[in-house]
Amino acid sequence: MPTLVVAGHGMVAHRLVEAVRAEDPSGNWHIVVLSEEPRPAYDRVALTSYVDTWDPATLALPGSDYANDSHVDLRLGELAVSVDRDARTVTTASGDVVSYDALVLATGSRPFVPPVPGHDLDGCFVYRTIEDLDAIRAAAVDKPGRGRRSAVVIGGGLLGLEAAKALRDMGLSPHVVEMAPRLMPLQVDEGGGSMLRRMITALDVTVHTGTSTNSIEADGSRLLAKLGNGTELDVDLVVFSAGIRPRDDLARQSGLDVGPRGGVLTDASCRTSDPAIYAIGECAAVEGKVYGIVAPGYAMAEIVAAQLTGGSGTFPEPDTSTKLKLMGVDVASFGDAHATTEGALEVAVNDAVAGTYKKLVVTDDGKTLLGGVLVGDATEYNTLRALVGRPLPAEPGAILAPAGGGAAVGVDALPDAAQICSCNAVTKGAITKAIHEDGCDSVPKLKACTRAGTACGSCVPLLGRLLNAAGVEQSKALCEHFPQSRAELFEIVQATRITTFSELIGRYGSGSGCAICKPAVASILATLGNGHVLGGEQMTLQDTNDRYLANLQRNGTYSVVPRIPGGEITPDKLIVIGEVARDFGLYTKITGGQRIDLFGATVDQLPLIWRRLVDAGFESGHAYGKALRTVKSCVGSTWCRYGVQDSVGLAIELELRYRGLRSPHKLKSAVSGCARECAEARSKDFGIIATENGWNLYVGGNGGTTPRHADLLVSDVDTATLIRTIDRFLMFYVRTADRLQRTAPWIEELDGGLDHLRAVIVDDSLGICEDLDAAMAKHVDNYADEWKGVLEDPEKLARFSSFVNAPGAPDPAISFREERDQKVPVMLGVPEVRR
Amino acid sequence: MTTSIERTWTAVCSVGAVPEYAGVAALLDGGVQVAIFRLPGDRWYALSNWDPCSGAAVLSRGIVGDADGVPVVASPVYKERFELETGQCLDASDVSVPVYEVRVREGVVEVESP
Repeated sequence: MPTLVVAGHGMVAHRLVEAVRAEDPSGNWHIVVLSEEPRPAYDRVALTSYVDTWDPATLALPGSDYANDSHVDLRLGELAVSVDRDARTVTTASGDVVSYDALVLATGSRPFVPPVPGHDLDGCFVYRTIEDLDAIRAAAVDKPGRGRRSAVVIGGGLLGLEAAKALRDMGLSPHVVEMAPRLMPLQVDEGGGSMLRRMITALDVTVHTGTSTNSIEADGSRLLAKLGNGTELDVDLVVFSAGIRPRDDLARQSGLDVGPRGGVLTDASCRTSDPAIYAIGECAAVEGKVYGIVAPGYAMAEIVAAQLTGGSGTFPEPDTSTKLKLMGVDVASFGDAHATTEGALEVAVNDAVAGTYKKLVVTDDGKTLLGGVLVGDATEYNTLRALVGRPLPAEPGAILAPAGGGAAVGVDALPDAAQICSCNAVTKGAITKAIHEDGCDSVPKLKACTRAGTACGSCVPLLGRLLNAAGVEQSKALCEHFPQSRAELFEIVQATRITTFSELIGRYGSGSGCAICKPAVASILATLGNGHVLGGEQMTLQDTNDRYLANLQRNGTYSVVPRIPGGEITPDKLIVIGEVARDFGLYTKITGGQRIDLFGATVDQLPLIWRRLVDAGFESGHAYGKALRTVKSCVGSTWCRYGVQDSVGLAIELELRYRGLRSPHKLKSAVSGCARECAEARSKDFGIIATENGWNLYVGGNGGTTPRHADLLVSDVDTATLIRTIDRFLMFYVRTADRLQRTAPWIEELDGGLDHLRAVIVDDSLGICEDLDAAMAKHVDNYADEWKGVLEDPEKLARFSSFVNAPGAPDPAISFREERDQKVPVMLGVPEVRR
Repeated sequence: MTTSIERTWTAVCSVGAVPEYAGVAALLDGGVQVAIFRLPGDRWYALSNWDPCSGAAVLSRGIVGDADGVPVVASPVYKERFELETGQCLDASDVSVPVYEVRVREGVVEVESP
């Protein structure tokens, strides 16, 4: 069996292995991957987001450990150090010699550290790997001394600004030093650079452009960066992000040709001067040119994989377009952004009020688009990028005009050859073919069939528009039983005043329902106020958590969370929780939402536990429901020396107002008493931060797998306005979001996004605010504690039994052991199915 | 040739203790747990209460419905669906749970003893 050796395991190497395995399912190639890094390939493009969680798992690329693939031998921590081209072997750092029939060099690049005196002092770092970020974090945290830490980033390009963002997120004050007269000199022009600078500076990053760094000097435990313009920066650490250099050492050592500016020289098919050796990604100089972004690297991986599996391919004209969000600022450039084409004309609109800069580069007749730069608002990036080299559908000035007056660029205007997904090089023609010939009638099907939208995802909205343009009605069906979307069902239930699932499915659906539609309809019925969630037929619609008003845990027991509004609790009530936990032998843990979770209760115990809690004045915390969870708060102006408003008081008011509100997904909130934001309000679905004059309301934040900061909806409002705005926000969300769609993706999917949301709930552009206000007032009036409702109803109580034929009998499948003085579950049976 | 199977039955509850589209668990001799489900038209089904996908004894607490018209229960833990008739898991072809006979006599639900 021939052996393919891959030197390096970054994103591009992983794409190569994936592509070879996809074309060679029977495993004609035995693949050996030599990875210098201690972990499988990860999403280096998203490296900066590592700072949000410090969890490497969030950067993992699916399948990059090839755990279930016997044809791939991934050797971690095994750096390839030399190649013997005559013997066709690779030697690794540990001395292993691996024979190859084909060798692919995918060694990537190394950060370029300019030879500034002092560049190798302690406290100087580069920014490329998870390990680099861990080292920066350790240095930032461990430094002794007082006050806010500061750092200087050498290099104001894309990576430098990413590094500055990461440092800012770690709580440091970053400086950025760029030699060129503007930030991101490669991507944006002067106008875009100055807009970018203004916006970045507003985010507490100090920008120094047009100056070099002369030296770094140690000053006690600190570092002194001396700039060419005379400025001296006294900082805790220095991060170099002054560009990258291809790692072509293996090529140089083994006598392969290298490019004029470094990189392993290859032809257009990525073959090096030795026909058995290929080079891909950032280490390759394809026809002499090195590319430092991932999309061309992926293209190289695909064409090498094609050649290794009997096909052929040559490197296409690469698309070096970029779109990114830097500290919340959209920056995009595409095509000939710097107007280097002969006779090219530039049309620019610089709107300092809106904070946007847009430039189109067109041919001398003004009819064909060559490229452009967008800063502050990159909504039109996808359509414009796909139009590069094509006739413009309107005058450039009209296209750039602010929304409303501008001539919209539709997907219809795009030719078939236009690239929709630049990560995976999928054209409009390929997508329309998939729609018409392969029967793809939804975005997920298009993604599976064409791979468009599966990398960075920025073209996903375009996929939807292409489906619409092709006349495909995209299925919004909730499940096989209801052709309607959740929002449509909400409208139906509201308009028809249907109060039962059976009537709804009888009139508007088919079959008997399932675990998708039943809880969704139960939630709608609950929002519209149809009595107790376990009343009558509703009981059979509920997921187990709502069915038992507690959270199911892995061993079949439940956890109990009493509501503690705003996290404020009296010592007496705290003692009651302690006594209940002790008397029922419950594992006890403090939650992130400032309350207490009691684990290990059986179904039979739940009513007994709640009898005690309700008698002591507690009520359901709805930790089990798709409903409002908590409104977390900092201690606020009552105690805190810095607080400017009573955050605890507001948090309690909000939690009591929205408790029990059933929604498409869980809802979290927090109130911070000052800009220091100790309650972490911006990571919540709706977060409130106190100002000197009132409150700022942020919406659409969340933690979880795709953490996101909430965006500012209204600022400096009084409490009444704040509550009215939140009422409307929540009701609008509850009525129109999809099942299990949290507020962030819901806002993103609204046509017009946050601005549209503001128009609807602040300016009442749809004329529905009165209705939303009334609906929330009804919710507040109708609220009743669900657990109290169970305790008062013998019929509901009777359903809390583990065994219908042996009430109160202990469940023999549930067992515990002790760990750190508390009980924890013992799984008596191991799951038979690997998950 | 005929095979006669000796079945013994355990009475577990009254018919009224199980609402339509709901499940209950019964504890039989030897600690065996059976999940009993009721569909409209007095259709009764019984599966092992044991969920092989999670290792917890919880299937009686799943949501009952249908998949393409076939009655199923979805595990409350990870939502795999099991056919009520056969115990076959629809989301993992190599997984199934034991099925038990269930009958109603004079308003009392009885399941086959293990």
